[in-house]
Amino acid sequence: MEFDLPTFWFLLVGVLFTGYAMLDGFDLGVGALHLFTKTDDERRIMLNSIGPVWDGNEVWLVTGGGALFAAFPEVYATVFSGFYDAFMLLLFALIFRAVAIEFRSKQPGRFWRRAWDCGFAGGSVLSSFLIGVAMGNVVWGIPLDKSHEFTGNILTLLHPYSLLLGLTTVALFMMHGNIYLILKTEGELQAKLGRWVKITIPIFMVLFLTVGLITPFLCPHIKTAFNERPIILTLFFTLALLLAFNIPREVHKKREFRAFLSSCGTMLSLMTLFAASVYPTMVFSTPNIENSLTIYNGSSTEKTLQFMMIVALIGVPIVLTYTASVYYIFRGKVVITEESY
Amino acid sequence: MDIEILSRAQFAFTIAFHFLFPPLTIGLGLNLVVMSGLWMKTRNPIYHNMGRFWTKVFGLIFAIGVATGIVMEFQFGTNWATYSRFVGDVFGSPLAIEGIYAFFLESGFLAILLFGWDKVGPRLHFFSTCMVALGAHFSAIWILVANSWMQTPAGFHLAKKIKLTADGVQHPYSAELAEGTFKIKEVPLPEDYILQQSDLDSIRAVITDFWAMVFNPSSMDRLVHTILACWLAGTFLVISISAYYLLKKRHIPFAKASMRIGLTLAAITTVLQFWSADSTARGVAENQPVKLAAIEGLADSTTEAPLGIIGMVSWERDDDGNIIGINESALKVPALLSILVSGDFLHPFKASEVEVKGLNDLPSDEFILARHPDATPAEIKKIRPDYWPNVPVVFQTYHIMIACGVALFAIAWLGLALWKTGRLWVVDSKFTRLYLIACIFSVFLPQLASQAGWFTAEMGRQPWIVYEILKTSEALSKAVRAEQVLFSLILFTLIYLLLFLVFAYTLNTKIKHGPSDDVSGAQLPEKWRSIAILEKERHDNSE
Ligand code: HDD
Ligand code: HEM
Ligand code: HEM
Repeated sequence: MEFDLPTFWFLLVGVLFTGYAMLDGFDLGVGALHLFTKTDDERRIMLNSIGPVWDGNEVWLVTGGGALFAAFPEVYATVFSGFYDAFMLLLFALIFRAVAIEFRSKQPGRFWRRAWDCGFAGGSVLSSFLIGVAMGNVVWGIPLDKSHEFTGNILTLLHPYSLLLGLTTVALFMMHGNIYLILKTEGELQAKLGRWVKITIPIFMVLFLTVGLITPFLCPHIKTAFNERPIILTLFFTLALLLAFNIPREVHKKREFRAFLSSCGTMLSLMTLFAASVYPTMVFSTPNIENSLTIYNGSSTEKTLQFMMIVALIGVPIVLTYTASVYYIFRGKVVITEESY
Repeated sequence: MDIEILSRAQFAFTIAFHFLFPPLTIGLGLNLVVMSGLWMKTRNPIYHNMGRFWTKVFGLIFAIGVATGIVMEFQFGTNWATYSRFVGDVFGSPLAIEGIYAFFLESGFLAILLFGWDKVGPRLHFFSTCMVALGAHFSAIWILVANSWMQTPAGFHLAKKIKLTADGVQHPYSAELAEGTFKIKEVPLPEDYILQQSDLDSIRAVITDFWAMVFNPSSMDRLVHTILACWLAGTFLVISISAYYLLKKRHIPFAKASMRIGLTLAAITTVLQFWSADSTARGVAENQPVKLAAIEGLADSTTEAPLGIIGMVSWERDDDGNIIGINESALKVPALLSILVSGDFLHPFKASEVEVKGLNDLPSDEFILARHPDATPAEIKKIRPDYWPNVPVVFQTYHIMIACGVALFAIAWLGLALWKTGRLWVVDSKFTRLYLIACIFSVFLPQLASQAGWFTAEMGRQPWIVYEILKTSEALSKAVRAEQVLFSLILFTLIYLLLFLVFAYTLNTKIKHGPSDDVSGAQLPEKWRSIAILEKERHDNSE
């Protein structure tokens, strides 16, 4: 296969969004879970498990958005203006989540902390859900006209399939966050989290299997993709499934780090599965499939893609290096200090 | 309501709110580097306490900067989709670079700066402080490159999509041809091509020279000017809070030391700002003469053009209410504008002969004729005001900015004089008290100047979103309706109002709580103490 710039960028944008899912995924999951503990100490430990890293994790989304704009401006414009209401809700959710983390422990009042805890949890659940709904719509297809403008409204986007994908995403992030928390806590709280994981994993598995089984039958585009590349798709589906099954095993054997890696692996397989089933299309248009946005008719010029490829090839390894260093520096169990949230 | 007005209002509101915070973090970042650097050099625990305190303030401001910044990244797509399609090839790159090179750097090292005290040694911590400050500056650089390109586009051409059939015939993009009989190609358009509304489906801006885009005619000037503005914002925050402690007679050694750093930085930066402002304004005169005439309220072209200091500009309207000109009454310095525009301060008399064009001649007849080929001279005169920005507003915002700049200069240098004559620390003297009270409020001046400056720059660019190429009214999202924007605008207003109140309340608590006064070194992270004591001994011995 010869080197194809739009494909390279399709992969790179995919890598950025996968990075976002794997990293901010556990932040969002922690947010969704943390109302289930009642004591202030436990909540603070959960919050501070993501304290030093949540901001860096969110940058994956920002950079993914920027890269989408630079490489596929048509896709960026169509999706962001088409999903206007959903994106505004997502923004409000992300704002509340970010400032709740910052403000929560700054005042001792009970009402103050309760209120920001709700903001943190609500923001996290809503963001995860909306991200899932957006993915659901990209797979399902949205009505586009000749100039790739979205012609539906918010109700067009809220069909059962996308809602199901939204729920699945919430469940996935909750499971992921749960495992991350087991890694970062100790003692009684860790034992409690160990009990929760027996609930969060099965919920995710049921939803995941449901989505996996109905998608090839219900989504017309995926049906075609499945006929074209049955082996790749089956492979990644099975891989995701195996890795997901591996999580409870590792948890049971008290190998939390491996459980966390398994969970990351599940997400990686899922995103690859997603990419392999839409490629080379980025946004399907239903009912007029010829109006779909692909990596070719939605991309920037070759010159920009080429220049930005060099920029990315220099920048991304540097980013990965110091992101890994930061995670290394903050490894180990959470300890609350004067600086903590 | 009109979707154009609503989208503009939403963009203006959200970016103006966002821009309250990054200047503070950029400026505080610089101050933190100086403070930590002094600690590294002298090992005086007071600088360590200082670093700790200002880092906490930094963290709080940063969080709001991030929360409001994400909104900005999405808004080009949500509200300005047609713009995004049109300029994506050029404009998306700096935003992506900002993400890869600035935001990751800043947020990654911020973790160490805020939470790493007990995890890393002093050197790595200092390095992280520098990287956070650097990241903040990088993000300003790339976002300003993007914005400056909208002001003075360069390094691109317009290209049109066509359908090319096998026989080599070019058909317009909108032609209905059978599937599979044609290829879509993009052909460059001549440089003087004027965009039509109907072109927007098939024409876009395409990059030809990346570095010409980055170093477009206005980017360096505006970059320097804005970064200096950010330094002033952060520095005056330090000055303001220190002045408050001095007045309250709390944390005196801390406040004195912070005040010295703040005043030194402020004195230098205010001078640099004048130099940079002059250069920025000359750039506007050269690249955007309509904007210059508007911000100076200049109606007629003239030599010995005067510089307005304070005054009023209002629209002059005909009987039907159409704008036909401006009425200006202001206190002026004769000929100064001509001299400033020429930049030739050594020969003021020769320089004052430079002609500055007024709004009645701008934009030029040729410019209007090219866009309205059949216009008669009388019609040209009527059309001209359509290409003017909102003169009464930009005149005021521009002069507010200048007044703030002068006031900041006065405060910084007066403070320096008081400090050097030893009177600054005599808090019981009436004059010093007055001065310190002025310092407390001085934190609002750089903010006001920055906001006013941006309103000048952005409203002065109207009616264009990409200067003299794409109109703001043509850049909206077609898939979005006015009610949707109205709804999101209301929600943004409510949420940001709440955010601001909580932010002010929390910042206030932090300031009331104040820094630690413990200079025994017990404040240092445990791991640092032994190193710090050893190093201090070595340092003291070598002196
Ligand atoms: C502390 C902040 C501050 C201060 C004291 C000043 N400015 Fe400023 N100014 C800005 C902060 C700012 C800014 C917010 O940073 C702007 C907005 C856009 C930009 O590039 O910088 C700006 C824009 C701006 C523009 C428009 C640039 C454009 O449209 O592209 C001009 C002509 C000036 N400034 C000139 C001045 C003059 C003559 C000043 C005299 C003292 C001055 N500024 C003080
Ligand atoms: C941070 C300080 C900034 C402030 C206070 C600011 C202010 C404004 C204001 C007041 C408007 C509305 C103008 C009008 O409709 O009359 C506007 C519009 C706009 N600005 Fe800025 N701006 C800032 C920075 C930027 C930057 C860095 C960019 C691009 C990277 C940008 C891009 C735009 C766009 C796309 C619009 C909408 C179209 C328009 O009305 O021209 N702005 N901004
Ligand atoms: C002159 C105008 C602007 C400057 C100087 C500026 C600078 C900054 C800085 C220094 C930060 C770091 C957060 C902080 O320190 O508070 C930041 C955050 C952010 N800004 Fe702006 N900004 C400007 C306008 C914009 C615009 C127009 C956008 C939209 C593309 C934007 C997008 C963002 C985003 C997404 C973040 C969050 C980054 C993170 O998670 O670390 N900014 N901005």
